[in-house]
Amino acid sequence: MDRRVVITGLGIYSCIGENKEQVCDSLRNGRSGIGLDPARKEMGYRSALTGILRKPDLKGVLDRKQRNYLSEQGLYAYVATREALEQAGIDEAWLKENEAGILYGNDSCAEAVIRGTDIIREKKNTILVGSSNIFQSMNSTITMNLATIFNLRGINFTVSGACASGSHAIGMAYLLIRQGLQDCIICGGAEEVNIYSVGNFDALSAFSVREDNPAAASRPFDRNRDGLVPSGGAATVIVESYESAVRRGATILGEVLGYGFSSNGEHISTPNVDGPKRSLQMALDCAGLRAEDIQYINAHATSTPVGDLNEAKAIHEVFGDCRPLVNSTKSYTGHEMWMAGASEIVYSMLQMQNGFVAANLNFEEPDEASCYLNIPKERVEMEFDTFLSNSFGFGGTNSSLVIRKFKE
Amino acid sequence: MTREEIIAKSKEFLASEFEVDENLITPESPLKETLGLDSLDLVDVVVLIEQNFGVTLTGPDFVGVVSFDDFYTMLEKKING
Repeated sequence: MDRRVVITGLGIYSCIGENKEQVCDSLRNGRSGIGLDPARKEMGYRSALTGILRKPDLKGVLDRKQRNYLSEQGLYAYVATREALEQAGIDEAWLKENEAGILYGNDSCAEAVIRGTDIIREKKNTILVGSSNIFQSMNSTITMNLATIFNLRGINFTVSGACASGSHAIGMAYLLIRQGLQDCIICGGAEEVNIYSVGNFDALSAFSVREDNPAAASRPFDRNRDGLVPSGGAATVIVESYESAVRRGATILGEVLGYGFSSNGEHISTPNVDGPKRSLQMALDCAGLRAEDIQYINAHATSTPVGDLNEAKAIHEVFGDCRPLVNSTKSYTGHEMWMAGASEIVYSMLQMQNGFVAANLNFEEPDEASCYLNIPKERVEMEFDTFLSNSFGFGGTNSSLVIRKFKE
Repeated sequence: MTREEIIAKSKEFLASEFEVDENLITPESPLKETLGLDSLDLVDVVVLIEQNFGVTLTGPDFVGVVSFDDFYTMLEKKING
């Protein structure tokens, strides 16, 4: 069975907006969500740069236990999921009567783990950790909490694929729905934003230290980039079979046409060209499209020197003279890590729905690979209907998704 | 610490943490039902007691505790020795 797989809902909570409207406005108007967190300097970080976002207050929305069991990224994921479900027209009653699943990307719970461990070390008594720490500190914190809050009865697990987690989650949902094993899956990705979560990235000198101008720090594909800016939040994408969407009378926003994936099989942190290239090609083949059919690419490009270089080479090798518009929305958000693969589907969809391709912020001077790509320095007003989104991660995991505006 | 002090303080933090009206917490009212406690919440009660009174309760301490009055009696013994 090969069923059509469509998107019926989008939700976003990020440093460039707490809902789709705010985020779209930021993308349209070139507004960065990056700032400084002075506490990081006190913790010995090389860089205080980070995406800046507010923790949602869910008192009066969720009961005490539901709130307490959610980790920081769980709060973001809940808000994003509510927004996505609302757009999809899926309510509590429907979820109770139908077998909806959840596949969410998450690959750390640093703050909760550290907080619990600190209590055990200090008190020498495990009970004083309290009841909620376990549900906040497991990698599956998002899926276990949201599956309970929303009474989900279908597939339920977390996808941990480093910085491609959110993208793989959507890819997995695509495969399950296409094969007829599920009808509707809440997909997404989430990432915590706190002083504990990314200290080990800072240890590897992965972060930009351009602290004098935070909005200019994340500069994917620019020759003078000096590292990524950590960020986070959550994004939710409701992925559904065409039949289910029609049955519910939902507005179909897009169609997932293809999913490509690969593993580099080489260095744990340094990406290569071959792995991403195979992922890109596989996504195109899966979608039954040719390079010239893709009008826009949302690149993984995190603003690291070698990562952007090799992705640009991979894109050029696959797309050659087709030269679709390419941007990295990480120039606005920084690197949203486990969330990025899902949030960048939301950012791409918002651009597609609103007829523009956002400027690649801070792209002033191309390097020897990005010079071959069609990277807009200014926003391009353009109707388009097909895009590809790349997500790559440590360990050499790669994921590419091809999505098209829905056509009957 | 006097029994009255224990009652006043614990009523305040229990009502706040478990989000119930403080007026519902009377000596005769049942502890678990009034606060809506399940086995996971009892762990949090232990944490609150440790944070507020500096004593650590264990499972056996709750044996025979039904009402708030029972709870205060148990706490009084634990706190004052």
